[in-house]
Amino acid sequence: MPERRASLAAGRLAAAALGLAIALAGAASTVADIALPDGETIVPAADDSVLPALPEREVMPPPELAGERVVARLSQSSVAITTGFTGSELELFGAVYRERPPPPGPLDVIVVITGPSTPVTLRKRERRFGIWVSGREVEIDAAPSLYAVAATRPLAQILSHTDALRHRIGLDHVIRLVDAPEWLTDQREAYREAVVRLHRARGLYYLDPGGVRLDEETLFHTEVALPANLTEGRYLARVFLLREGAVIDATTAEIAVGKVGLERFLFALAHQRPAVYGIASVVLALTAGWLASALFRWLLP
Amino acid sequence: MSIYLPIAEVSVNALLLLGLGGAVGVLSGLFGVGGGFLMTPLLILIGIPPAVAVATGSNQIAAASFSGLLAHVRRRAVDFKMGAVMLAGGVAGSAAGVQLFAWLLALGQVELVVSILYVVFLGSVGGVMLAESLQGLLRTRRGTARRRRARHNWMQGLPFRMRFRQSNLYISAIPPLAVGALVGMLAAIMGVGGGFIMVPAMIYLLGMATTVVVGTSLFQILFVAIFTTLAHAITNQSVDALLALMLIVGGVLGAQLGARLGPRLKAEQLRILLAVLVLGVCLTLGLDLVLPPDELFVIDDA
Repeated sequence: MPERRASLAAGRLAAAALGLAIALAGAASTVADIALPDGETIVPAADDSVLPALPEREVMPPPELAGERVVARLSQSSVAITTGFTGSELELFGAVYRERPPPPGPLDVIVVITGPSTPVTLRKRERRFGIWVSGREVEIDAAPSLYAVAATRPLAQILSHTDALRHRIGLDHVIRLVDAPEWLTDQREAYREAVVRLHRARGLYYLDPGGVRLDEETLFHTEVALPANLTEGRYLARVFLLREGAVIDATTAEIAVGKVGLERFLFALAHQRPAVYGIASVVLALTAGWLASALFRWLLP
Repeated sequence: MSIYLPIAEVSVNALLLLGLGGAVGVLSGLFGVGGGFLMTPLLILIGIPPAVAVATGSNQIAAASFSGLLAHVRRRAVDFKMGAVMLAGGVAGSAAGVQLFAWLLALGQVELVVSILYVVFLGSVGGVMLAESLQGLLRTRRGTARRRRARHNWMQGLPFRMRFRQSNLYISAIPPLAVGALVGMLAAIMGVGGGFIMVPAMIYLLGMATTVVVGTSLFQILFVAIFTTLAHAITNQSVDALLALMLIVGGVLGAQLGARLGPRLKAEQLRILLAVLVLGVCLTLGLDLVLPPDELFVIDDA
């Protein structure tokens, strides 16, 4: 079928185009060393123009759907939090490799960005003696600090429940209450939903159905908005290729998010030399107080 | 114009912070209150984590009260002897308050206790102040204005009498010590300087001359704020220097303005203004305790 052959040719073309796009994006983005809270420094790879070697695949698609593989790169491998940081836009480019003509039916792509997980303490307000007090707490072992999902179409239309669960895709599968306290019983679902709802309200969890643009079943592109209230650490971008509700291939990319410059300096000082930092804060305050007083006396005697 | 705060880890509008610091600074200079009782809730309202809001607020209070204090020292409106006695009580009270805070933290009810304390103290202080000021205003209108001062009560007759020249008092040292201790304790638990409690206590309980009340209150607040800032920086690493700087720049200018504005305004009107403000904050916090919340769940950031 000529249509299929054209698609295959477009695939090879797309791979070349992808290489070019990545090279351009790499040149455009500023390269900065990112120091993570654990003291490790990430120096972004210099040769962003080279396509990455395909990693070992853990996805085993049904044989009739196998044969398509996904590659993806981010426009930048790090996000630097500067004094003027107001959030960031992550661009992800990708392409689908195939050895033979694609099977019939639509191809879909899901991109999931996950921030470093932290434990979260959740409390429910209860009314006692006419006032609202905080009730018992529930510790959730790990809640990602960011969870953004972009896809070619709404998740319900392209992803089976089994695979959503297996790969933890979608807001229903972000939080797991593994060892919840006994007294929670029938309230488990309410607590789990509350964690997601509260994170959504802060713009930290969100869905963007239709956020991934797939051209010619080969080349795809998405932009993910990172909010200003980012937690430092390693962020993971997972890219899933789907057919008939099943994940047929997946790949990952990492992004380091860290403070730089003044932000880094103040944060490090506050945590490594708290006494010095405290005294400096007080001295700064008193100096500012004296300066203002002197300034006013000079201006309005 | 946004600015990313390194410790709070949020991005906030810089002009908003300057304005907030300025507004609270004016109050600080006018009334001799640190303004923490307004600053802390407002910072939390604009999205600063509570722990950072409390700690950084105290750093800003140190700057504002120092600036205000200098203006009052120049006008010789500070009773250092009285301030020192109250401070001695304040340090002891603050140390006890820190222990109490740790105990409440273990119980998981800090937020509730702090809210109730705010409502009770702001409500009673604001109510008393408003009533007294309105009465004073009425007396002035009727032309029977009388300087209310130094009503002798049983507290002032306790042993260890001291002479406080600046305050024009010869009273026992126990009431100022007790007031200082109470304020220090509340400061540690509520994350405020305590001026809104101290100023009325100095006027109504100790009977100090109103001219030195504000300056002496600022003297005590300054040291309490320094102590609190250091304690938070060392134990919780929750002082945000960049946030403090923004609040301080706005705050010190505001405080100077307030200190200059103060003598030009009428004392009774000033007190009514403060009383209304205090009652307003009290009402807001009180309604939060009673009204059903929009969101039943809360994530603990602390």
